[in-house]
Amino acid sequence: MSFMNWLDERYPATQVWKEHLAEYYAPKNFNFWYFFGSLAMLVLVNQILTGVWLAMSYKPDAELAFGSVEFIMRDVEWGWLIRYMHSTGASAFFIVIYLHMFRGLMYGSYRGPRELLWIIGVIIYVVMMATAFMGYLLPWGQMSFWGAQVIVNLFSAVPFVGEELGIFIRGDFVISDATLNRFFSLHFLLPFVLAALVFVHIVALHKVGSNNPDGIEIKKNKDENGIPRDGIPFHPYYSVKDTVGVVGFLILFSAVLFFAPEMGGYFIEHPNFEPANPLKTPDHIAPVWYFTPFYAILRAVPSMMGSAFPGVVAMGAAIVMFFLLPWLDKSPVKSMRYKGPIQRIALGIFVVVFCILGVLGVMPSTGPLTLLAQVCTVLYFAYFLLMPWYSKIDSHKPVPERLT
Amino acid sequence: MSAEGVDLKKRRFLTTATSAVAGVGAVFVAVPFLGSWAPSAKARAAGAPAEADISKLEPGQKLTVKWRGKPVWVVRRTEQNLADLSKLTDQLTDPNSEMDQQPEYCKNEHRSRKPEYLVAEGVCTHLGCSPTYRPEMAPADLGADWVGGFFCPCHGSRFDLAARVYSGVPAPKNLSVPPYYFMTESLILIGEDGGAA
Repeated sequence: MSFMNWLDERYPATQVWKEHLAEYYAPKNFNFWYFFGSLAMLVLVNQILTGVWLAMSYKPDAELAFGSVEFIMRDVEWGWLIRYMHSTGASAFFIVIYLHMFRGLMYGSYRGPRELLWIIGVIIYVVMMATAFMGYLLPWGQMSFWGAQVIVNLFSAVPFVGEELGIFIRGDFVISDATLNRFFSLHFLLPFVLAALVFVHIVALHKVGSNNPDGIEIKKNKDENGIPRDGIPFHPYYSVKDTVGVVGFLILFSAVLFFAPEMGGYFIEHPNFEPANPLKTPDHIAPVWYFTPFYAILRAVPSMMGSAFPGVVAMGAAIVMFFLLPWLDKSPVKSMRYKGPIQRIALGIFVVVFCILGVLGVMPSTGPLTLLAQVCTVLYFAYFLLMPWYSKIDSHKPVPERLT
Repeated sequence: MSAEGVDLKKRRFLTTATSAVAGVGAVFVAVPFLGSWAPSAKARAAGAPAEADISKLEPGQKLTVKWRGKPVWVVRRTEQNLADLSKLTDQLTDPNSEMDQQPEYCKNEHRSRKPEYLVAEGVCTHLGCSPTYRPEMAPADLGADWVGGFFCPCHGSRFDLAARVYSGVPAPKNLSVPPYYFMTESLILIGEDGGAA
């Protein structure tokens, strides 16, 4: 123990351990949906670790990149495993994050006093999307190239400064070696920004305390020692519970990793096994699945007044909605358990619409499908923009004093 | 430390002034970092003109050359194609090429120097995909009214054989026509006007 005394006088090791693990009191009723925060951290570690290892054999050069990925897959010892861990991890990251976000929507985890916690989370989501997008360019396949072409041109659609902005991002007049090289650099940087943001996310979480499936503040009911009566220490109770989640997750993750790493062209798209060709767009291009809901919204909005900008605005607004959420929900209760039928149905419709948009985003945009995408886009925004109204008129059940 | 005799006003002024100078310094330091994202001298110099040899191009065929990293098409249109162009006027966003998407000498119905040959950048004005050449008449996927043109696989934009955009599609403008001229009967130089307009 004398070593710990020596250490604690110089570094708050025991203090941090207690405050954030052994004596961090979390609500006792966490369920299945509370696995995904810790799983997201696990996947982030997986991405950083495998990513750093991939960078040891990858060449960020338009002439060499495609070949170096094939080299990793065929000639580097265990390279195929590390590469598939990375590519499968990217999709797993988004699956886990979407479920984590859904948990927040369901139990009102974005409501005060957790507005900032939620906003930091949405920032993490946006940075994750930027990281994933830049990473997808690196194999320099057909889908890498044309996906980047389309996304960078979103910025070019901004009125007045767009053209210059596109050139600034690409470092060239077209997607080229300069673009690839800088995307590689940023793709290496951003995961560490993500790690820092996750740290800030947890600091904010431990300040306000975890929400729970009942949406009741456990800090309002403390015993004589100042410990919430409905709280249990994170360690060992939830550290052990999360370990069970990790085992379950790794079983599913390994199943994909070893038996379907391309996931039928959804995790790694088929045209990406062909080197980038700036002269020929593949017959059907679609972003990777985790971007498709927003891509479908982009395509659903027609050009107006000689500009593709409205679609870009709609796509951006679809993400901005998440930032506004804490102030849109006017319901007197947090959790869906005590909310009325209107809000339950609204959330249900939103989830279905989000999934439909995701499916439409990978399909070609033709007449009836475009119309469906437009209907879904309207419903997507209605979920958020009508929330101040329907969350107020909806009925709600009485919320108990203590956790159930 | 005693607070006696401290001139708080002066202290606040010095704190503000120091912060302001540091802020200005930070802005200046940002210049090289942001500036290095601009296209390098090498990228700027890569705009050399490209030659297209059209001696073997049959009516109805298309060839693609790379100019400034972008695909540039040369299409030899048939008599029928040229006749169809004028029938499409009311289905197009900019049938008379009013928008600045072509050199002055291509601001005509066929959007080219010689009616027979279309030269256009194969870059969709929506989000930069390269549309597909679909010269056939009335294919199943494009409808019975299709008289040949270009179809963008990414977002479904349609262009006619003068690279003019149909209305009601995501692309807002006609495809861009680069500067070019005929060096000889069978050789086009893309990227230069050849002096005369």
